[in-house]
Amino acid sequence: MTNTIVIDPVTRIEGHAKITLHLDDDGHVADARFHVTEFRGFEKFCEGRMFWEMPSITARICGICPVSHLMASAKAGDTILGVRIPTAAEKLRRLMNWGQIVQSHALSFFHLSGPDLVLGMESEPAQRNVAGLIALNPDFARDGIRLRQFGQDVIRLLGGKSIHPAWTVPGGVREPLTIEKRDEMLRRLPEAFEIVERALKLYKNEVVAKHRREYDVYGNFPSLFIGLVSQQGGLEHYDGLLRVMDSDGMILEPGLAPKRFREIIAEAVEPWTYLKVPYYKPYGYEGQAGMYRVGPLARVNLCDFAGTPKAEAELRLLRSGGRVVRQGFAYHYARLIEILFALEKIEETLNAPDITNKHIRSQADVNHLHGVGVSEAPRGTLFHEYWVDENGLLQSVNLIIATGQNNLAMNRTVLQIARAYVTGQKLTEGLLNRIEHGIRLFDPCLSCSTHAAGQMPLAVELYGPDGELLNTLRR
Amino acid sequence: MDTVITLTLNGEMVSARADQTLLDIIREQKISLPTLCHMDGLSERGGCRLCAVEVQGAPRPMAACVTPVSEGMVVRTHTPELEAYRRMVLELLLAERNHICAICVTNGHCELQWAAAQAGVTSVRYAYLHPDLPMDASHGRFVLDHNRCILCTRCVRVCDEVEGAHTWDLAGRGIQARVITDLSRPWGASPSCTSCGKCVQVCPTGALFAKGATVAEMTKEHDFVSWIIRGRTKREWVW
Repeated sequence: MTNTIVIDPVTRIEGHAKITLHLDDDGHVADARFHVTEFRGFEKFCEGRMFWEMPSITARICGICPVSHLMASAKAGDTILGVRIPTAAEKLRRLMNWGQIVQSHALSFFHLSGPDLVLGMESEPAQRNVAGLIALNPDFARDGIRLRQFGQDVIRLLGGKSIHPAWTVPGGVREPLTIEKRDEMLRRLPEAFEIVERALKLYKNEVVAKHRREYDVYGNFPSLFIGLVSQQGGLEHYDGLLRVMDSDGMILEPGLAPKRFREIIAEAVEPWTYLKVPYYKPYGYEGQAGMYRVGPLARVNLCDFAGTPKAEAELRLLRSGGRVVRQGFAYHYARLIEILFALEKIEETLNAPDITNKHIRSQADVNHLHGVGVSEAPRGTLFHEYWVDENGLLQSVNLIIATGQNNLAMNRTVLQIARAYVTGQKLTEGLLNRIEHGIRLFDPCLSCSTHAAGQMPLAVELYGPDGELLNTLRR
Repeated sequence: MDTVITLTLNGEMVSARADQTLLDIIREQKISLPTLCHMDGLSERGGCRLCAVEVQGAPRPMAACVTPVSEGMVVRTHTPELEAYRRMVLELLLAERNHICAICVTNGHCELQWAAAQAGVTSVRYAYLHPDLPMDASHGRFVLDHNRCILCTRCVRVCDEVEGAHTWDLAGRGIQARVITDLSRPWGASPSCTSCGKCVQVCPTGALFAKGATVAEMTKEHDFVSWIIRGRTKREWVW
């Protein structure tokens, strides 16, 4: 007789989901599924609107990472207009995107995963949250808040507000950067550097040492990695080429123009989740052969180099055990490296002489009826693809979101953790949290990936072989 | 010489010329009264009903913009019933089509949004109709979004009375009414449209806007209507 365990809802992630664990006759985990239980329909209701509106409409998909949608959508708009945006506009967009990387990664590391990493995976649940974190280690909790504030302020200083700024538009950006705002960001940078360097020290000296087994078990499996790299092969978040690599470090696709993404990525659907399942097309969907990972770990694996001195040093340390890191637990480290990289790039870009240039928006009408915009969101590669009529009205919209691309890998991670820790039909709260942490590694944004609203609660259900519900734990 | 009459406005005796409307005299007395279909320089329509006031002896509230003053009238502009009525009108306008301020080109510069904020509309008690309405982006410079149109007909009147082209009209009745260009052909195919943009400027919401405008970017300038009318009638151009 098989059993199924259900975790419903999953907490400290962005959106709504549940997990089911299916046990075999011997009580071992036979299968595990991560179900996303929300549906939004952006791709459909945007039809008939103008592509100029899309950055602001699609930014409403998410309050955490609206900037990612602003970038991908504006870039899709650029290609419909057929314009090359002014140099200063591109630098300003990159600045905002790095601000987003800093704030989103800070939220994930310090406040969503921080309670597990600092207080312990199976620590007292009443304390295993931000409030408990503040009580035990107030400096760590404050660091997270301050670092996130810096990233949010970069976005606010550029776009007028930190959530849903209507600043990135097809053709460029709407407002130039003033000298006063540039100087304000530069003034705040040293504190941000100090925080991330403290966090890196904590991660390397304490977190990894305390989580040796988790490091070896969580999300440690071979998979493909997909993401953008710069034209030279460096770490990249805004533009560049699509690279595909396997977990042995073999490059399957060195640098594909992002507009040709359909040649390598296809989407499947499953009846048990609203989250679509993208896969690497040449390997197919059968047997999950085309499973790939995106996001911080993928990006640091894919790039030949970081391109900034401090991030480069950390990248080499990450790779000291091998060129490709397949342990999902290293997503945390990759996130910190990317924050460091983003801060270094922000500093470099703010000091560029043309950053306050007033020429920031290219004007044109509809020149192409199809547009693709690709950028790296904190969680991975984000694709916006639009088809318009000759007047710019949207005929069709396709959005491929980072979290969706990690769908197969998240399911595999849940299965792997469940197999390592679940024995028999007895469920403990600590076990639930371990499984949830496997999901948190990916920092999924289900609001985005199902294009849904609210905080993500998690539920685990345990089913028997005949489909009988044996046990449910829910928050 | 114009005849002067006397009426009572909010308890105060005031004088008015006999050819004035109640709205004229209310504005002269610096009393704030919301309007949406009214525009200085254009003929009155009395369609939005926001300027409705209480006239003693009248069986129902009267739209101030189309009610002439008369001797001995007793008028009240801000009773609790009138305020409730104005909120209801605004809520019905908001529920009838798809007004999504957050992503609208006129967010922050919209007369409907201002009026709703001023009237204290914090929620809409009626079920939204969510009609499936199209946009007309066929014009080279401007876009019509029926989702945001409140049928004030300012576009119809400014095009007819000031520009003289009469490109705009209303088609359909009641809830099915739509503004149309040249017997309902696409705006871009309109032979009468001079692309002057007056309709876009007088539109109180984001229903008419400049192509390429993004959220909150569309600000509108109305004063030109009075300038043109003054120049045309008095040969005086004061900007």
